[in-house]
Order: sequence, then C-alpha cells, then structure tokens
Amino acid sequence: MSKIKEKFKQLKSKKESALISYIMAGYPSEKATLSAVRGLIQGGTDIIELGFPFSDPIADGPTIQMASTESLNSGTKINNFFSIVKKIRKESDIPLVLMTYTNILYNQTYEKFILRAKQAGIDGLILPDMAIEESKEYVKAAKKVGMDTIFLVSPNTEKDRLKQIIKSTSGFLYMVAVFGTTGVQTKIHKYTIDALKNTKNAAKGKIPVGVGFGISTDKDVQKYVSSGADAVIVGSANIKIIENTPAGKIQTRIATFTKKLKNKTR
Amino acid sequence: MKIGIPKDGRFGDFGGKYIPETLAPAIEELERNYLKIRNDKNFKKELGRLLIDYAGRPTPIYFARNLTKTVGGAKIYLKREDLLHGGAHKINNTLGQALLAKRMGKKRIIAETGAGQHGVATAMACASLGLKAEIYMGYVDTVRQKQNVFRMELLGAKVHAVKSGSKTLKDAINEAMRDWITNVDSTYYLLGSAVGPHPYPLMVRDFQAVIGVEIKKQMKKIPNAVIACVGGGSNAIGTFYPLIDTNAKIIGIEAGGKGVKTKLHSAPLTAGKKGVLHGMMTYLMQDKDGQISQTHSISAGLDYPGVGPEHAYLKDENRVEYKAVTDDEVIDAFLILTRTEGIIPALESAHAIAHAIKISKKMKKTESIVVTLSGRGDKDIDIVKEYLSKNVKNKRKI
Repeated sequence: MSKIKEKFKQLKSKKESALISYIMAGYPSEKATLSAVRGLIQGGTDIIELGFPFSDPIADGPTIQMASTESLNSGTKINNFFSIVKKIRKESDIPLVLMTYTNILYNQTYEKFILRAKQAGIDGLILPDMAIEESKEYVKAAKKVGMDTIFLVSPNTEKDRLKQIIKSTSGFLYMVAVFGTTGVQTKIHKYTIDALKNTKNAAKGKIPVGVGFGISTDKDVQKYVSSGADAVIVGSANIKIIENTPAGKIQTRIATFTKKLKNKTR
Repeated sequence: MKIGIPKDGRFGDFGGKYIPETLAPAIEELERNYLKIRNDKNFKKELGRLLIDYAGRPTPIYFARNLTKTVGGAKIYLKREDLLHGGAHKINNTLGQALLAKRMGKKRIIAETGAGQHGVATAMACASLGLKAEIYMGYVDTVRQKQNVFRMELLGAKVHAVKSGSKTLKDAINEAMRDWITNVDSTYYLLGSAVGPHPYPLMVRDFQAVIGVEIKKQMKKIPNAVIACVGGGSNAIGTFYPLIDTNAKIIGIEAGGKGVKTKLHSAPLTAGKKGVLHGMMTYLMQDKDGQISQTHSISAGLDYPGVGPEHAYLKDENRVEYKAVTDDEVIDAFLILTRTEGIIPALESAHAIAHAIKISKKMKKTESIVVTLSGRGDKDIDIVKEYLSKNVKNKRKI
C-alpha cells in the first residue's frame, strides 16, 4: 500500500479529513524550505506537497508564480530538490507529493525522472498540465515503481471524463475549487460544493477527493470538510507566511498556522 | 506526409493537448465547433468575403527584379502579405477565428501578441465583428513596439502589459491562458500562431493556408524554393502546407539572434530539444532541467522559445529544411530590400529575405524562389535606427 493510501486509511478510521500543505522547494532558500517542512509536521499536517519550480507555471496565480521565479533565481535545480527530499526523509516518514509541470519530467524521460523521485522518497506526483489524453506513458512509468499519479479535476469536468480520470488516479483525486489559478479565491462558491458532491459520487469511496486552489483560512477548511472533502489543500497561504517571516521564525509561524487548519479537519 | 486533420491532435510525435483540466471542456467545445464549420459553405463564404473586401486578398506575387539583379541568381518573388489590412498576414487568422467565436456565441476575446501585429489584427477583427478584445503583451514588447500598443488601444482593445517571467511573447501566452482558465465560460482565446494545444495549430494553419494556395495559383510553375520566417510559424505553415506535396524545396528561417552557438537566439528547431510548453509537444529552447530558456531576437515576433508542432513534424520528416539567420544578416537584408525595391519589410520577414539572398546566388537564373513577406516594417523603424547607431558595419551600407 502506498504511503498516501495508508495515511487516508488511518485518517478514515479516526473520522478525520487530511490536511495537505503545499510549499515551494527552494523558496526563498533550501534552509527555509526545511524549516517550513518542520513547521508543517509540527503543526500536524498529513501530507506535504513540495513544488518544484517551472519557468512557465500556467496554472499558478501570482503568489506561487513569484515563489517559482524566486526559487529558480536562487539556483534551485533538480539535484537540489532531490537532496531536500532526502533530508526530509531522514527526519520524517510523512507522505511527500511533488507538484511540478510536465516538461520537467519529460525532459529527463518520465521513466528516469519518476524512478529517481521514488528513490529520493517522493510518494506521488501532481502535474497540472498533464491532460488525461496525453498521460499513458506517464502513468505507465509511475505504476512501474509504485508512484501515485494524482490527477486534477475541475468543477466543469464532465461525467464521462471524470470517470476516465479517476481510473488513472492513485493516492487521491485533486479537485480544483475554482475557475482560475492557484491562490486567488475570496469566497466559497456554490458550484464548488456541488462539484465536490458530484466528484465524491463518481469516486464511489474508492479514491479520496481533495479540494485545492484558493483555500487559505480555517473557516475554508471547515466548510470543505463539512461538505465532504476527504482532504483540503492549502498552498499560497503558506507561501505568503514564508514571504513575510524572517528565516528564524518560519518554523514556528508555519506550525501555528498549520495547527489551526488541522484542527478543523477533525 | 501531408496531414489533414491530425489524429488525436498529433503531427507525428508533436502537438497534443497538455492543458489544465479546467480548459478541457473549452478545448473540446472549440474542436467540435471548428470541425463543424471547417467544411461549412456559409462560413467559408462569409470568411471569403471578409478576406477580399476587408483584408484585401488576394495579395500580389511581386517579382523583385531589382533585388534579383543586385543579388544575381534565381528570380526572387515576394508574396506580399505586407499589403494586407493591418500590415501583416495575421488578419487571415483573426478574421477566421473571430468569426468562429461569434458563431460560438462568445463575446469576450482574449489574445497574446509579440510584435503587436496579432494584437492589432485581433483588435481589427473584433472591432469589425462587434466583439470585445483584450490583448496580453509582454512588457518588454510593449516598450519596443509601443506604436502597436496605441494602435490596439485606438481600435478599442484593452492591452495588458505582462510583467512576469521574461516579459515577452511566451509570458503573454502564459497570462492569456491564465485568463482563459479563469473566464473559461465567457471567453474565446484567439491564439495568433500555429502553436498551443490542438486544435489551434490545425485551425491557424487552415486559416493561413490561403497564402500557399494563392502562391500555387499565381506562379506559372511550382517555384524551385519557398522561404518563410518561423517564430511560432503561422505564416510559414500557411505558405508551406499547400506546397508539401510538390517538389519545391521548402525552407523555414528561425531567428538566429547573435548566433545559434550563443545562448542569445530563438531557434528551437535548429538548436532546441523536444518538450512540452503551452499545451503542445514540440521543439523548445530549454536548459538541462527542462526550464524554458530566455530567448533573443531583434524581432519581437520571432522571440519565442517554441515552435508550432507541425513544423517540428516536418523537420523530423525531413520535408522542410529549417535554418537560422543572425540579427546582423537580418538588418542587411532589411536594408537591401528597402533600397532596391522600396519595400520596408518587417524584421520578422527580413529573416526570410536574408536567406533568399544567401541561396539565390547559388541557384540558376532560370530558377525561382518565393519568399513570403509576412508583414511590413513600419513598426520596426525605431529598432533599426537604434541598431544602426550602435553597429557601424551595417551603417556603412546606407
């Protein structure tokens, strides 16, 4: 059983939803990333999603775009990324998910990249520009080494397509809460709650459904959890904290924020 | 080798639709609607009328007698897309897509632009068809092509200067895609080059193929060589596609910038590697990690790290030869054409002219070359002036 699957199983037995926390690797430095990871674990997050920056992040809003650019400018390479992952693995067993864009994997070939990621300690992958039609080779390479492939669905994804995506998804299904990029929502739309119900129905309990994009407060978390989300994903809000916190205090501030969010998943 | 409608949106290995899931229904809707109108007589008639009465088609084929004489060699013909309304081939595509958008009931049009020609052509098509246009343009490009920014604004379009990334065409596309993701229901994304997810490369090629179709009709016999410049590659694919099954030698010219051995160029077919960007698999300028490289070209319209997937396919099939020329060679060609023929070419098109000058010398006088002059150069005169003030070698030639 994959680490992610196991985590969801444990949470289910405790009747909890998962908190999934995103941060951008190398933003603003490797050291800050490790402090933030410690803070997330301390605050009780269930799964950590580590971003690897891409030069052209079309699915991301201004906050994560900024973090990508800064991380690249500070010299983050794939080698650094895997070294960060290995360092985290020395301290913790927490499920780790990598979020990046297709070209980063394709450049090295799916097979080689995924094998390397698995060996470093990554448990699942999220590629927001990997459409289901183009994913055959990618899914095959991931299956081969037991890497979870976390696909995204949107509130406008049609029923048949949703079924098709669920078939290729492992770990959890990532439902995008809004029409838009990451980090820009201000309120919770009715269409999102409706879509969450439809997606849960389509998933039939076989795969957990996580909701992400624009979720930044404990109230948001509570609303989605009470509407049936198996997981909530918080990203840009963490980046904003890191942006506005001196290096020495990142761990504590992230821990406090994460604890507040995690409380609402119980 | 000639591909009509690409199966699964693929030209060989290239193309496809690597898109965020939110766009999937929009792309599907677009594909369905486009394939429906592709053979619709009424649509063709309406577009045909607009191309004649509004855009100024057909454009002439002009025998560049003086240029030919100066260079010495094969006869050089110019396909005068620069004479179209707006001053570039871009209007062929914007009229087609704007008409499609209107039929789909979309009222808000977004587009990206590099040099500004596609933005202007979009603003024109939207003004004439009663649609609202918003144009994304890299901040760097808004500075170097400021005249076009004002033209777009005069035409009623809203221009967004994009300050993320390298602040050029690729970033304008990123931002347009983000807008589309956010406003997917109401908005039509009118892409200007033969790039992006399927069905854009197909659609843009179809709308631009009028160039090659006219060349075939206008030339008494199939030319020995056909040359066009390639950024995303819309004027080139429009020129080449109808000639793929002939025995003409077909050559696409990329922006060699300061030289393809330096990092300062925009020539992915000459010096790039396969990858995924802007919804398509194609050749890309990228580093060892797969990060997209900063590009350089004297012409904003070619300053792009990727290329249309059909070009990538035609390269791998060895049907089209892709070469690059440098900024220096482009300025020379710009000056030669201006002086000998009284035609000021766009810097983009001057890339194709530069290569025609190179090869015509080695060809027989009885042979012929057709160069697609994709646009006029009024927009570029400030850039040329500045270049000449810094480069004495070229200046001596005026």
